[in-house]
Amino acid sequence: MEEALKSQDHAHAPAEGFLRKYVFSLDHKVIGKQYYALALAAVFIGMVLSWLMRFHLVWPNAKIPGLELIAKTGAPGGIITPEYYLSLLTMHGTLMVFFVLTNAPFAGFGNYFLPIQIGAEDMAFPRFNMMSFWTTFVAFVVLVTAFFIPDGPPISGWTAYAPLSAIGKDAGPGLGWGQNLWVISIAIFCIGQLLGSLNFIATTLDLRAKGMTLMRMPISTWAWFITSSIGLLAFAVLLPACLLLLLDRMAGTSFFIPSGLVVSDRLQNHAGGSPLLWQHLFWFFGHPEVYIAILPAVGIVSHVLTNSLRKPLLSAKVIIYSMMSIGFLSWMVWGHHMFVSGMNPFSSLLFSFPTLTITIPATIITLIWLGSLYGANIQITTASFFALGFISMFVSGGVSGFFLAQPSIDIYLHATYFVVGHFHMVMGVAAIFAIFSGTYFWFPKMTGRMMNETLGMLHFWITFVGTYCIFMPFHYLGLVGNVRRYASFVDDFMPALMPVHKFITIAALTTGAAQFIFFFNLIHSRFRGKQATANPWRGTSLEWSIPSPPPWNNFGGDHPVVYHDAHQYGVKGSTGDFVMQTSPEQILNE
Amino acid sequence: MSSTANTPMSLPPRSDLAKGSESGIWIALFAITMSFAAFTSALFIRQASTDWTHIAAPRILFASTAVLLLSSVLIEVSRRGFDGKPASQIKEESEGRMLLAATLVLGLAFVGGQYLAWRELAAQGLYLATNPNSSFFYLLTGVHALHVLGGIAALAYLLAVLAARGSVRRNLVNGVVVYWHFMAALWLYLLVVICVRL
Repeated sequence: MEEALKSQDHAHAPAEGFLRKYVFSLDHKVIGKQYYALALAAVFIGMVLSWLMRFHLVWPNAKIPGLELIAKTGAPGGIITPEYYLSLLTMHGTLMVFFVLTNAPFAGFGNYFLPIQIGAEDMAFPRFNMMSFWTTFVAFVVLVTAFFIPDGPPISGWTAYAPLSAIGKDAGPGLGWGQNLWVISIAIFCIGQLLGSLNFIATTLDLRAKGMTLMRMPISTWAWFITSSIGLLAFAVLLPACLLLLLDRMAGTSFFIPSGLVVSDRLQNHAGGSPLLWQHLFWFFGHPEVYIAILPAVGIVSHVLTNSLRKPLLSAKVIIYSMMSIGFLSWMVWGHHMFVSGMNPFSSLLFSFPTLTITIPATIITLIWLGSLYGANIQITTASFFALGFISMFVSGGVSGFFLAQPSIDIYLHATYFVVGHFHMVMGVAAIFAIFSGTYFWFPKMTGRMMNETLGMLHFWITFVGTYCIFMPFHYLGLVGNVRRYASFVDDFMPALMPVHKFITIAALTTGAAQFIFFFNLIHSRFRGKQATANPWRGTSLEWSIPSPPPWNNFGGDHPVVYHDAHQYGVKGSTGDFVMQTSPEQILNE
Repeated sequence: MSSTANTPMSLPPRSDLAKGSESGIWIALFAITMSFAAFTSALFIRQASTDWTHIAAPRILFASTAVLLLSSVLIEVSRRGFDGKPASQIKEESEGRMLLAATLVLGLAFVGGQYLAWRELAAQGLYLATNPNSSFFYLLTGVHALHVLGGIAALAYLLAVLAARGSVRRNLVNGVVVYWHFMAALWLYLLVVICVRL
């Protein structure tokens, strides 16, 4: 009778049948893994695209065997055309920003661990949750289809600046149906993320276990909660923007296309639109999107770090408040992407000030991490090294942000590789390091098996050194004026920079190849890894209080009760130097 | 879990799960507000252009406004009728159910009114791409009508559940009512934008 009652409490019954269990699953844990798998597929494609670009930049006339099969016009005879280079650039950016940096740290880990960390049996809306994943999956398929249509993928960049993106096929290859697929894909993606964000917020507000006050939630849960609040509002702006762009492209409206525009010798039948409007709408979404990628990373790294240091961070509360201020400020800085766009130069100052202000909470978080290292008994694990690696990337990439935040300096640097180096380090690679850290840390919980630490360390060191070899020289190239978005550097002063580009390409191919160590480790450990205990890292939060992997209803039908905050490390507990959130024992000085 | 297995618990069995539908609607309203704020900002930027003109709002809009406001009153009366019931489950209540059905019909009438407004504009030669004003007119009314249709679908679902099971969760009703009121308020805002700016 009791058992029957317990299963009735759950938002859905245990899954039966292959489809319900693994494909159209309502279980947040399966959905989290699905997001993660989708991100892995996207990151693999994105990485191959970056290899093709780097390869083409230094060996522009070399044939890439097989490429002509996919891109008949883009790469005739296997040689990439300048236009196809831009297609690769667009798809690389779109896949990485939307389908990797948003999917893995936020939707992937968040789906799996947010409900568990607050003591819930599932998300508030399991059916919406399933829909949000499959909507995202459809968006992915629509985007990737652009590779296989005669038109090819669009060439307007992941930011799809109008009027280039708005006109249609007159403007260049990929700007016909390729661009249509891009816009449709991103619009669908927005719907998926809106459903997901709504679910995260409702779950956090409504389904916390008894005793789980907001301030007792782990920093990672806070990060997902704040991120979902940002996502809910940011994707709600990108979706209308995509709709306007689609109307300009398909229904003949003129939201973004100005009067008298002649493209490919044809006067465009549009009037009065504002190309700047697209940039405003896009970056109003786009800058918060940066924090949608990085705040979950901050949360994951804080969660892993406090466990690895075996002590609480100097102040979890200050980290949480800093994340909130970053989230708040993220809405006021979109114009710093537009210093050279032709908008009123006075407004540059207006955007520069909050941009510089954002560095304050970011610095506070970093100083708390670094200060917490003092006197810590740090555990040497791949997860902790990737967390430390994240801090390194975050600082190295963040420092160049100081320069770019100032309009006078940005005018010189904006169109150069300096910007490429900046955002790849601070947003791209940093978030990827957090994904790795989270993977090595939570893999035992998700699969019931440990990952191989030796392979993990090898993976870490090659990736860490390789990343610096790739992205640090970008800053140097930018300072000497190497323009970005060009498919070749044959003109002017740029041939002299080719040795640096060759070095970067070799570093990129090597670092990319090292990721196969990770892929191998992931798959090998899934089946052959050492059995994991329920709490292999001696963690305190709720995910470590249940078996690895967790049962379908997380807590076996029980309602966990929480007695402490999530970071009781370095205390005298009955089980060692930590006290779990669910342990009713008293802690001195709490 | 062993440490908590013996802990006495006074938790109600996951009734908080039911709270979800109402909070979910409130959260969704933030997103919808943000989307329409984005449309409005786009309108403000776009109207700086020299091709910005003026279109007269079709008269029928005022009739549909009255219909939508009346539906909002009816659904509120229906909700208050349910409010008096003690259980957390709302039983099949013929009067409340009739009012919900009337709201649904009025909602459909509103969307029909919007369709007539589009016909009226088209009769004047004003289509989606004719000028920026007509673009924004079709856009704002169209996206709003789409959201109203979502509310109509939710009402139909409520009525279907009531008919099939004889009862429905109070939070579900509250969620739909909040959404419906919001659609009316949003429409009043859009009507002002249309009359003053387009």
